[in-house]
Amino acid sequence: MPAIKSLDDLKRLREEAQRVRELKVNEGKTEIVISMGTVGIAAGARETLKAILNFIETRNLQSIIVKQTGNLGIEGQDPLVQITLPGAEKVLYGKVHPSFVDQLMQDHVCDGKVIADKVLKI
Amino acid sequence: MRELSLHILDIAENSISAGASRVGISVIEDIKGDKLTIKISDNGKGMDPETAQRVLDPFVTSRTTRKVGLGLPLLKAAAEGCNGGLTIESQLGVGTTTQVTFQHSHIDRMPLGEISDTWLTLLLGSPEVNWVFHYQMDDAVFSLDDTELKKELQGILLTEPSIMPILRELIRDGVESVRLNAKENLCQPLNH
Repeated sequence: MPAIKSLDDLKRLREEAQRVRELKVNEGKTEIVISMGTVGIAAGARETLKAILNFIETRNLQSIIVKQTGNLGIEGQDPLVQITLPGAEKVLYGKVHPSFVDQLMQDHVCDGKVIADKVLKI
Repeated sequence: MRELSLHILDIAENSISAGASRVGISVIEDIKGDKLTIKISDNGKGMDPETAQRVLDPFVTSRTTRKVGLGLPLLKAAAEGCNGGLTIESQLGVGTTTQVTFQHSHIDRMPLGEISDTWLTLLLGSPEVNWVFHYQMDDAVFSLDDTELKKELQGILLTEPSIMPILRELIRDGVESVRLNAKENLCQPLNH
């Protein structure tokens, strides 16, 4: 079986890549980082990441960098998610379970409102 | 962790922490031979034999030398409880290969879980790594080396809302087709 499942997929990808490249403007990017250490994974970080990606996809949010990182060393607060809006300070949230993701993405990423009572202070 | 695919994610995170630029993950379900084999190989900084031994010991593992916690020792215990085992081969400056085996039909064997979610997480979350995925069930195979994809996507985020679903489908369909093909083959009437 070839590395790429079907030529159609690759063609689709190529066309889409071309389209996005044309649309691309050099704007600041929002960065979302999820702690994916052992504890994070055990606490459900993969599902949290999945929920974040779902939100990005269904709301069609462009130019958002989503990254994973190792253990951030903060006990008992996993899954941890850090959001950095363009030109803003990073904000770290604790216990970001999938049920909280929609609100977090809507308020912080879309509307730029920090959800103060969920922010971790370090 | 209740699924093997979460353990795979955990081990792959170790590879990323070890500075790997290329990570291969292979999952082979040998139904006929009743064996499940998972292999994660990286070209990270590697470990000396002493450290490689130590990461398997839940009581000695030191957080400061390497980011390995309880994940590996627990997985090793789970594998050994299912007539399998876990081995780590590592060489300083060359890389690390972790292999885990289980008796496939063992009643205590953890389910594989959502392997496509694990792969998508790694592909999107660590785009700087060259990922090579391999999923096999008996003779049915799905392989994906992301080099070609990334060539097409140069300068574009993999998390763009129009790109992400294509990648997700690519992985999901690949894994699904392996399962379907394998089942079809198993269901074929025997020729006496």
